[in-house]
Amino acid sequence: MFDLSILFASVLNGITTGAVYALIALGLTLIYGVLHIINFAHGASLMVALYGVYFLKEQLGIDPYLALPIMVPAMFALGYALQRGVINRASHGKDENILLVTLGLSIILENLALLFFKSDTRNIETAYTLTTVSIGPAMIALPKLVSFVGALVVSAVLLAVMRYTDLGRAIRAVAKEKHGARLMGIDVDHVYAMCFGIGLACLGAAACFLLPAYYVNPLVGSGFVLVAFTIVVLGGMGSFVGALVGGLLIGVVESIGGLYLGESLGQVGIFAIFIAVLLFRPQGLFGARA
Amino acid sequence: MTSRRQFMGQSAAAASALAFPLVGGAQPKTVKMGVLHPVTGALAYSGQQCREGVMMAIEDINKAGGIKSLGGAKIEALLGDAQSTPQAGAAEVEKMNEAGVSAIVGAFASAICLATTQAAAKYNLPHVVDVGVADQIVERGLKNTFRFGPGYKKCAEVAVANLHVLNTAAGKPARTVMIIHEESLFGTGTANLLARELPGYGYDVKEIVKHANPTRDFNNIVLRMKQVNPDIVIPANYYNEYALLVRTMQQQKVVPKAIYSVLGGAASSYKFVKEFPEAANGIIDCNHWFNPRDKRSLELKKRVEAKGLFFSYEVFMAYTAMRLLGDAIERAKSTDRAAIIDALNKSTFSDHIMPYGTTQFVNGQNMGAQPLMTQVVKGDIKVIIPRDYREVEPIFPLKA
Repeated sequence: MFDLSILFASVLNGITTGAVYALIALGLTLIYGVLHIINFAHGASLMVALYGVYFLKEQLGIDPYLALPIMVPAMFALGYALQRGVINRASHGKDENILLVTLGLSIILENLALLFFKSDTRNIETAYTLTTVSIGPAMIALPKLVSFVGALVVSAVLLAVMRYTDLGRAIRAVAKEKHGARLMGIDVDHVYAMCFGIGLACLGAAACFLLPAYYVNPLVGSGFVLVAFTIVVLGGMGSFVGALVGGLLIGVVESIGGLYLGESLGQVGIFAIFIAVLLFRPQGLFGARA
Repeated sequence: MTSRRQFMGQSAAAASALAFPLVGGAQPKTVKMGVLHPVTGALAYSGQQCREGVMMAIEDINKAGGIKSLGGAKIEALLGDAQSTPQAGAAEVEKMNEAGVSAIVGAFASAICLATTQAAAKYNLPHVVDVGVADQIVERGLKNTFRFGPGYKKCAEVAVANLHVLNTAAGKPARTVMIIHEESLFGTGTANLLARELPGYGYDVKEIVKHANPTRDFNNIVLRMKQVNPDIVIPANYYNEYALLVRTMQQQKVVPKAIYSVLGGAASSYKFVKEFPEAANGIIDCNHWFNPRDKRSLELKKRVEAKGLFFSYEVFMAYTAMRLLGDAIERAKSTDRAAIIDALNKSTFSDHIMPYGTTQFVNGQNMGAQPLMTQVVKGDIKVIIPRDYREVEPIFPLKA
């Protein structure tokens, strides 16, 4: 029913969207994999990062891509401080407390944004916002192409850090067995905070890639966080490769579903996959442990 | 957040006032007015714009000496937040009723208005609908419900009739149509009406696409559009999605003969025109619009802009809805709910900035209410139809 060229464009669009989903899911899966908490504040944190990028552009004229070296460390610092200063203290070592603390954080962040920035939806206009690139018969918006490449690079860096650095080893050790790691002299609280920081740093990067093609308002995060949760479950809780593959897969499923079933019904595919994974492969595509 | 706290405070104050009623038959010093909008949640932007409009109207009424027939009684707003859901809206009506409001003005979205008017009807509490275009709002026989502006049936009929006029004048270059609408009552209802009206004029509705709020990506819809290749694209959705849709069309280089919106969320929005001048250029919209010949509308526009806000339809619709209510209370000479309803039924309010003429309510609908057709021309929004209000000649089709 559809031309192949249109199908091709849809798949391409899905892959580029999926890459950003993957970046958001990476942060979520890292925090889950190590801290074993579901970070409900993930969407709100993405919103904060998007506002950061927005104001850097509007107030200081800094291009969103050039804002990367500012936003990534800034979000890392925010994450580190939040984990050490708020989440860790308020949780008293109980997982259910952490859950509530992150939920509370998301409510506070969203309402602070509503108070200070109003519910106004804001866009930025850059020279390349409406630029498109032809790939075969398809046209793809330049910002989406950049976000795709950027998401892959960030994922690769994150994987390398996890695999080849002492920090990565420490994180993996804490994730596997935190008491054992503590006995080996690893500062577990520090590793927790580093993980939260890295998780939010991923959002900082995602925000820089996202904003040129998207918009920001105080509730913008909720749209992404549901998809990110699905990706984390699909890929396997705590699995990085899973998050990346899952993100791309969900992006394509959403795109093709949208093309054939309409934009409202198209999302059915995502949740059908979600349920199928829970039924037949509860550990996820790349999950080692359930 | 603040609004809720303020509301609680005001409710508490009202409750304590009720507990110690004033002795004697002195004229009330204030008229309590429920101002109910979705100021948080998905519709927060529109809700806040509406609230601003109502507050400016109250300010104007009070500045001009309040309700003169009540000895200059001032209008006191009780703010409520419908939180973008019908349930929360209905709950706020209960609170406002408890607090003893004389009337309610609100609540922007059709789905919320359906719930709030019904909740208010239980207490015979007059409810003026500021936007709420779904016609079901005034078709349920609720005696307390009044809508000053046009419904979507009227808007769809006007839009289709005028499309035909424009197309015929241009030598009928357009024949096929694609409709893109949001999934709630407003978008779906409008799309259904259009799909019913258009074939009667000889147009072929090739495709009707529904989308959720929010929709993150319009590439698929635009790809479908590429496949269908319609002469005319008709969007009926809220601001964010509208803006994203038109931008995506621009990216994918889809240029139909016209983008012809019906109650399009962004098409007649100064915000959209300012932020995306290129994408907005040439778009036609059939929407709520003020009388451009009335000087007061331009003064109001300046005042709104001086506050750093855009003069969107929410502002002037809510503003005039409140002015209508103020006029009715003036005529009623009473804060009694039944008297205000009676005054609204008999209202001949004509001192307003909308192109509606003298007010006449039939079953709660203002019969003179009509949308205007606007087009974005050189970074500004100009009225093209009807001729009485025309500011510029229409450009149709956009490409030959």
